[in-house]
Amino acid sequence: MTNETMSVFSTELSARFDKLVAKYPVRRSALVPMLLYAQDEVGYLSDAVIADVADRIGITELDVRNVATYYSMLRFKPAGKYNVQVCTNISCMLRGGYEIFEKFQDELGIGHKGVSTDGVFSLEEVECIGACCWAPAIQVNYDFHDDLTPEQVPGILEQYRAKAAQGGKNA
Amino acid sequence: MADVTFTVDGKKLTAPAGTLLIEACRKAGIEIPAFCYYPGLSLQAACRMCVVRQEKVPKLQTACTTPVAEGQVFITESAEIAQARKSTIELLLGNHPLDCPVCDAGGECELQDMTFKYGAGESLYTEAKQHREEQQWSPAVFYDRPRCILCYRCVRMCGEGMDVWALGIQNRGARAVIAPNGGDQLDCEQCGMCIDVCPVGALTSGSYRYKTRPWEMNHVSTVCTHCADGCKVTLGVRQSNDGSTIIRADNRDKSGINGDFLCAKGRFGFDFVESGDRLTKPLVRDAQGKLESATWEHALRFAAARLKEIRDAKGGSSIGIIGSNTTTNEENYLLQKIARTVLGTNNIDHVRTADYATFSRALAGKASRTVGLRGIAEAPAILLVGSNPTDEHPLLAWELRADVRLNRARLYIANTAEIKLERQARAALRVPPAGYTQLTGYLAGGKSSISDTTFRDALLAEESLVVVIGPELSGATLQSLIEWGLGREHVKFALLGDFANSRGAADMGLSPDLLPGYVPVTAPGDYAAEYPNLPRAPGKSLPEMLSSKLGALLVVGADPVAQQNVAPDVLKSTFVIVQDLFLTETAAIADVVFPSASLYEKTGTVTNTYGDLQLAKKAADHAGVKTDFEILVRLADALGADINKLVPFGKSSVTADLGQSRGAQAGEADRHAVWLAAQGLEPKLSPFDPIAVLDEIERLVPGYKLDRLNLFCGNDVATEPGFVPVSALTATATIEPAHDGLFTSGLLSRYSPALKDLEKHQSAVPAVAVAD
Repeated sequence: MTNETMSVFSTELSARFDKLVAKYPVRRSALVPMLLYAQDEVGYLSDAVIADVADRIGITELDVRNVATYYSMLRFKPAGKYNVQVCTNISCMLRGGYEIFEKFQDELGIGHKGVSTDGVFSLEEVECIGACCWAPAIQVNYDFHDDLTPEQVPGILEQYRAKAAQGGKNA
Repeated sequence: MADVTFTVDGKKLTAPAGTLLIEACRKAGIEIPAFCYYPGLSLQAACRMCVVRQEKVPKLQTACTTPVAEGQVFITESAEIAQARKSTIELLLGNHPLDCPVCDAGGECELQDMTFKYGAGESLYTEAKQHREEQQWSPAVFYDRPRCILCYRCVRMCGEGMDVWALGIQNRGARAVIAPNGGDQLDCEQCGMCIDVCPVGALTSGSYRYKTRPWEMNHVSTVCTHCADGCKVTLGVRQSNDGSTIIRADNRDKSGINGDFLCAKGRFGFDFVESGDRLTKPLVRDAQGKLESATWEHALRFAAARLKEIRDAKGGSSIGIIGSNTTTNEENYLLQKIARTVLGTNNIDHVRTADYATFSRALAGKASRTVGLRGIAEAPAILLVGSNPTDEHPLLAWELRADVRLNRARLYIANTAEIKLERQARAALRVPPAGYTQLTGYLAGGKSSISDTTFRDALLAEESLVVVIGPELSGATLQSLIEWGLGREHVKFALLGDFANSRGAADMGLSPDLLPGYVPVTAPGDYAAEYPNLPRAPGKSLPEMLSSKLGALLVVGADPVAQQNVAPDVLKSTFVIVQDLFLTETAAIADVVFPSASLYEKTGTVTNTYGDLQLAKKAADHAGVKTDFEILVRLADALGADINKLVPFGKSSVTADLGQSRGAQAGEADRHAVWLAAQGLEPKLSPFDPIAVLDEIERLVPGYKLDRLNLFCGNDVATEPGFVPVSALTATATIEPAHDGLFTSGLLSRYSPALKDLEKHQSAVPAVAVAD
């Protein structure tokens, strides 16, 4: 077990991980949730995060990377403070998902997987986020914005920019 | 499990219930193609090549995951199955380069064979191929990503087979790749097993890639010259300007005690043979005191004349002989025979890496108490005392891991340090430093400072046990442990030594007090009649020889000056003759140096540390060198010895049929030769034929009663030390284990650039990982 003072994670998250690894019959079953929570806290899966997670479970870093690289929602480079995920799967596409995506690209001046120069936003084209009934939909971190039109895009961005300026926490 | 009967392609087959269909078919001679299936590794069912039709099952089944049961009916070849396999290949070839003529695996690629068989050379895909640059992961391993078919063989081999877990799969779908553990570097034991099992040209070997084609080489099965495990190795050799060169080493035919296993040394460490530092001409010290090259005739005549002079003037006891741990049994036998009958001395020894003499004495008269490597590999319970097989006996470690994994064997480890094999062990006992002396007392339940009783209880509950003993145990410690085991039923033993033929050196009597077969010189038995002039008093041991200002010293394949740290002027007044591959520290002070052949350049038998005897066959050839056998025969001849007495060659009472009765058929001629060899009747036409000496070994050495047919067919045959006469050992021998690691092999690794590179890579890798 990692020495707590050395951990890259907060005390709360460390405590949560300690519980999580003990929860399953096999310790490595905790790997995927741990990676997700670690990404939420740290922002991305840094080498230090991977080493720490591997150590907590008792597997090799290679094992962690084998699993982590499989999932497109886990990232290895820092994203913006607000990660804009635009769905372009079938329902959203039919209802104008690509127009929304293009509008975001224009507004932010970045493309798929890009990060804005001020580090506030990052943009991603993602697979279905389960909001087909309210297509087209986007997800900003864990916040949903649905039934969108391209005209609403600047407003959404403004809202988060203001939050970022206040030094607000992740939504 | 009970046998079941099932039908494959209309044939009734029988196999134990639960056998995998693919295995049952292979045993019956029905080949089912597979990329991902590999015997002994976990099942993957990833490649879909082994699909077969099973009656009453709606979809095609994978033969690699279907256990056979009573009454099943299978079809393994039909138009439907061929189409399914063809489609699989087509998918695999979707991103696989179609450039077999430039691929390193061309000619021995399973994908190429399958494409040839099922025909999917044309793809319906129109997308551009995703090309990626080739990566070098270590000096030994290169990875060419587009060629990879993701069969996971390398991943499982590295993890399950080697317990290294250095390879993984990253990303998914079309982007999935094999990834090494050190980012873009491989931090592992560098055994090359991943390259060996790769069915295509994705993983290639740094030492072999793009050098030749498989059909341009001759493939010679011989025995590895490095550690004492005695892996069978197939050397790919090709003609070169000064003989023939070894291009690669593997054991893909899976014959021999090691199956397909080879470690880094066996697979990459053959390049010392081609080292520019090899001696290729005899050297004689001239009037100015410099070693100058000379002709063989001059060097032999000069050496023999001096030896004769010293023998005749000061007697045989003023001559010492130091033998080798890497020369063949025949050479060792001949060396001691020359020492004892021609030079008239018992001053003969070798660098002892394990106490085989005590081992044999403790087991004297006890039949079936030793165990060969095959016996260890299938033992239900093993106690490993001392040693670190992962580094020092890679094949033993491999077999132990496989035994635990596949046969649920129970491994018990008693060691002073933590060793990697403990990950497979059922129980591990930490012995205090230098505490092996207390082990027997502990096992016997007596008083000892070791307090862990659960280990003992578990061990004593075993019905049968194989005890594998490291070289740290010698003398009384070794003897008491064996005596403890002999007091129990079904306990067998093996002792671990260090070099390719350390066991053979001891067995063949390279000892001042023991004749071949551990027969004491003080009571020579049959040897009395065979060896005229045999001195009856034990001679000097190796350290004694070096310190007693002998008249002459003959050193064959050893470097006592470096090994014993001898001051340079100690041997100043001694006439020193050295036979070696390189100019060792001993050779550098010698008066005559003969360039000798390595084990890869000669024929003869070697005995591994478990007592398995194997035939080494000449693979490579190096201009200028001679085998130690030939040098010794020529030297004895120059000394005026009767060569016919020394090497029983030529016509004897049995006259062999040299082909007079042979028909025109080649097949008949082969059978003829095989029968003659098996009966020991093949003509030995020259005094340089080591097999003539093997005949004498078989006749005289207790324990070397051989199954010649098996030996000459390239299999290992067991020797039995259990029939040696009980005798008291005269002196306590100094045992000096070499403790060679994964990339070191005594003198040889110093001249192997491949092993040096691997060692450098492995010592640098952790630094790379930290910097990431």
